[in-house]
Amino acid sequence: MRATFPHRLLPWLLVAPQLAISLAFFYWPAFRALRQSMLREDPFGLSSRFVGLENFARVLGDPAYVNSVRVTVVFSLLTVFFSMAIALLLAVQAEKIVRGKGFYRTVLIWPYAVAAAIAGMLWLFLFNPSFGTLAWPLRQLGIHWDPLLDGAQAMGLVIAAASWKQISYNFLFFVAGLQAIPKSLIEAAAIDGAGPARRFWTIVFPLLAPTSFFLLVVNTVYALFDTFGIIHAVTSGGPGKATETLVYKVYNDGFVNLQLGSSAAQSVILMIVVITLTAFQFRYIERRVHYG
Amino acid sequence: MATVSLRDVRKSYAGTEVIHGVSIDVADGEFIVIVGPSGCGKSTLLRMVAGLEAITAGTIEIAGRVVNDLEPRARDIAMVFQNYALYPHMSVFDNMAYGLKIAGIRGAELRARVEKAADMLELRPYLDRKPRALSGGQRQRVAMGRALVRGPAAFLLDEPLSNLDAKLRVQMRLQIKDLQRSVDTTTLYVTHDQVEAMTLADRLIVMNAGRAEQIDAPMAIYERPASVFVAGFIGSPQMNILPATVAEGGLTLAGGQAVPLAGPLPPAGTAVLLGIRPEHLAPAAEGLAIAVHAVETLGADAYAHGRAAGVGEPVVVRLPGNAPPAAGSTLTVRPEPGFAHLFDPETGRRIAQ
Amino acid sequence: MAEPTMIGGRPAGQLVAHLILILGAVVVAFPIWYVFVASTHSIQTILRPPLPMLPGPYGPENYAEALSGGINRIGGVSVGRLLLNTTLVALGIATGKIIISMASAYAVVFFRFPLRMAIFWLIFITLMLPVEVRILPTYKVMVDLGLIDTYAGLILPLIASATATLLFRQFFMTIPNELLEAARVDGAGPWRFFRDILLPLSATNIAALFVILFIYGWTQYLWPLLVTNSNDMNTIVIALRKMISFADADTPWNLVMVTCVLAIAPPILVVVLMQRWFVKGLVETEK
Repeated sequence: MRATFPHRLLPWLLVAPQLAISLAFFYWPAFRALRQSMLREDPFGLSSRFVGLENFARVLGDPAYVNSVRVTVVFSLLTVFFSMAIALLLAVQAEKIVRGKGFYRTVLIWPYAVAAAIAGMLWLFLFNPSFGTLAWPLRQLGIHWDPLLDGAQAMGLVIAAASWKQISYNFLFFVAGLQAIPKSLIEAAAIDGAGPARRFWTIVFPLLAPTSFFLLVVNTVYALFDTFGIIHAVTSGGPGKATETLVYKVYNDGFVNLQLGSSAAQSVILMIVVITLTAFQFRYIERRVHYG
Repeated sequence: MATVSLRDVRKSYAGTEVIHGVSIDVADGEFIVIVGPSGCGKSTLLRMVAGLEAITAGTIEIAGRVVNDLEPRARDIAMVFQNYALYPHMSVFDNMAYGLKIAGIRGAELRARVEKAADMLELRPYLDRKPRALSGGQRQRVAMGRALVRGPAAFLLDEPLSNLDAKLRVQMRLQIKDLQRSVDTTTLYVTHDQVEAMTLADRLIVMNAGRAEQIDAPMAIYERPASVFVAGFIGSPQMNILPATVAEGGLTLAGGQAVPLAGPLPPAGTAVLLGIRPEHLAPAAEGLAIAVHAVETLGADAYAHGRAAGVGEPVVVRLPGNAPPAAGSTLTVRPEPGFAHLFDPETGRRIAQ
Repeated sequence: MAEPTMIGGRPAGQLVAHLILILGAVVVAFPIWYVFVASTHSIQTILRPPLPMLPGPYGPENYAEALSGGINRIGGVSVGRLLLNTTLVALGIATGKIIISMASAYAVVFFRFPLRMAIFWLIFITLMLPVEVRILPTYKVMVDLGLIDTYAGLILPLIASATATLLFRQFFMTIPNELLEAARVDGAGPWRFFRDILLPLSATNIAALFVILFIYGWTQYLWPLLVTNSNDMNTIVIALRKMISFADADTPWNLVMVTCVLAIAPPILVVVLMQRWFVKGLVETEK
């Protein structure tokens, strides 16, 4: 039984600010999005009529949307893979060394503080077709480097920027996860005759599973949403929709093209995806947290 | 007058009554110990006096005022918690001073009061330390100092010694008794340890399953327990309780053995429970035959554990330590006159002696 | 992991590990190093790849020009104003979120009131939807409330989410019951208990959260993009993007680089200086 104060009015006053803000900027807009997703505005924006799930049907059947889905999936998979794999590699090495951990951590932490959009811009500078320092060797090698025109190259650029930014976060968590593995297990494996590679894959990697699952979900949410800035700043979804992710499409259709119903429907679909992911995260990963 | 009165105090949780009508009038400066097994409600009772638990029925008065609806701070009480509850980020001085600061006492007076309490508890050298730099015993003294410094109408102590090791416990027991006498403050003390209960209390409240089974001075309870429960709880080793039937001139035990008893007895044939303490069974030529199966030698005393023929319950006999019987032998004992207790098997209440 | 002290931790293994880490550090630090170096060269040097690896001589000149009005010409607003905006937003979000989250967590843990758990779930659910998913309707609410182009508009919608509340709740639940009871017996009411006992004990959590939220606020992109129309309410991140998208032959790239450095230096500084709390807080809040 939790010890508590007997006051009745005070707790209401304490939760009021957060409740008010949640209601005004979360629940009410979420409700409006739901409503809007089932309306269709007339061409002049003067009235709207209820069309049920028609918007959803249109959206799901729209080739541009399907393209967005494909783009998002490719983008997310590659970003998650690269950022996690590189972070894991670095974390494992960091755990091995005797000295200098603090130094490496300090250096590896910087990208966390850099806005995603700026991360994109930095990589854009580096690979700018005209003056980018790293674009130059590519041209020397004979590669026709022009991310402004080549869709696959544009994708490569944004994936690189997105992965780069997320390495820090993953690195910190992997280090913590590795430190939590009891030394005795690894020593026992060594005594049993397992070499470094086998020890890693059969002992360390499986024990890292909770951390990995957690990071998987967080990274996926990151790739789906937080990377808006990168796309917007670097490619604006182009060239030719080659980098138009789902969240970018919501923005573009809604704000730029003012297709409110369609954008709202896309929002709702994304909402369902996020809710599923977050629910999954809390159900299976945060079991240790007790509510109530 | 800092008296504490409980009048038919009851507590219910979600419709189930857990404290069934406890009443007591505590005199100013009296040391009351509430003792009982785990879950008997003693801590709950104390917390109701403190104001940390709500009272479902009955009244509690402190220094003449009804405090049922008052917040803890308005009741003029101080409490020592089982786990000390020291504020981890504050020094010993600040821990002890906190309550006074809230009451508006500052500066020189504050310092004087804290230092006086610190002196009484030998905490002066530790005033600047944080709790984590103190041993268990020192922390316990700080918790007591925090209560002492407030100069309240009543002290409430909730199992303050149970987290200390045995030797420290004995030491602190004496210190608490001395302290209480010198500040002459009404004290309510909860414990499950009957040794603490016997040595500290002016009066005891023996609790069982939410009921106050007996309220009286320790020796009175020891010599005339009001129920089987109290008889078995107070006194170590436990009082021997044997089922029997009243017969001519005494009792007949389950196995058929006769136990002669003087004095008025209930009608013949009544089923009773015979209670007799290990120290009141004297070896004799004739009497109850006990088959001894184990002997514990403790130096000054020895305890023979055995069984009377046909009786399921074990019997313990206290004997001088220098000539203990051998395991496997038979010991014949008689109850010393005047020390046999009779209890009703159904209600557990005492019948006669 | 036991690697260094085990038999397998040979010097060769150490060397390889260090090499990989150095490579990683280079890859990670390079883009940032690049933009810093670029900010100390002239436009001509920048436009002729490859850029030298070391800082150039134009540093003081570039920075002076940028800070004294050079950016006005491209972004339309002084860099001082941009930094001010971004700082206010980051600080506003960090302190705002900490305050209201602590208050809510305090209420939910230390008081009993009707609908307590329902309210907790209401707050908890806001975790589920990042702002990117509800941009249009939230934008409409901002318009309706007249919060476009205001600091309130930039800050308020971002302090609602429940991560900090959850963290504080989890932490508050580790406070032993007896501490509260002792405080009550000592005469402390809810405010005193919060100020004298809970707050000091929460200090490390607050520090860690502050770093995380400051970065979060500073690096916001989508929301400031939508909610500000006028240039002088932009954050430095948005302004930077504008500079790049409207880039033409006259773009003073050296000044753009300076702006970039100014946009990433403060949060990097905060993270590096408060590293210890930050890492501890980050790993423990999410677990």
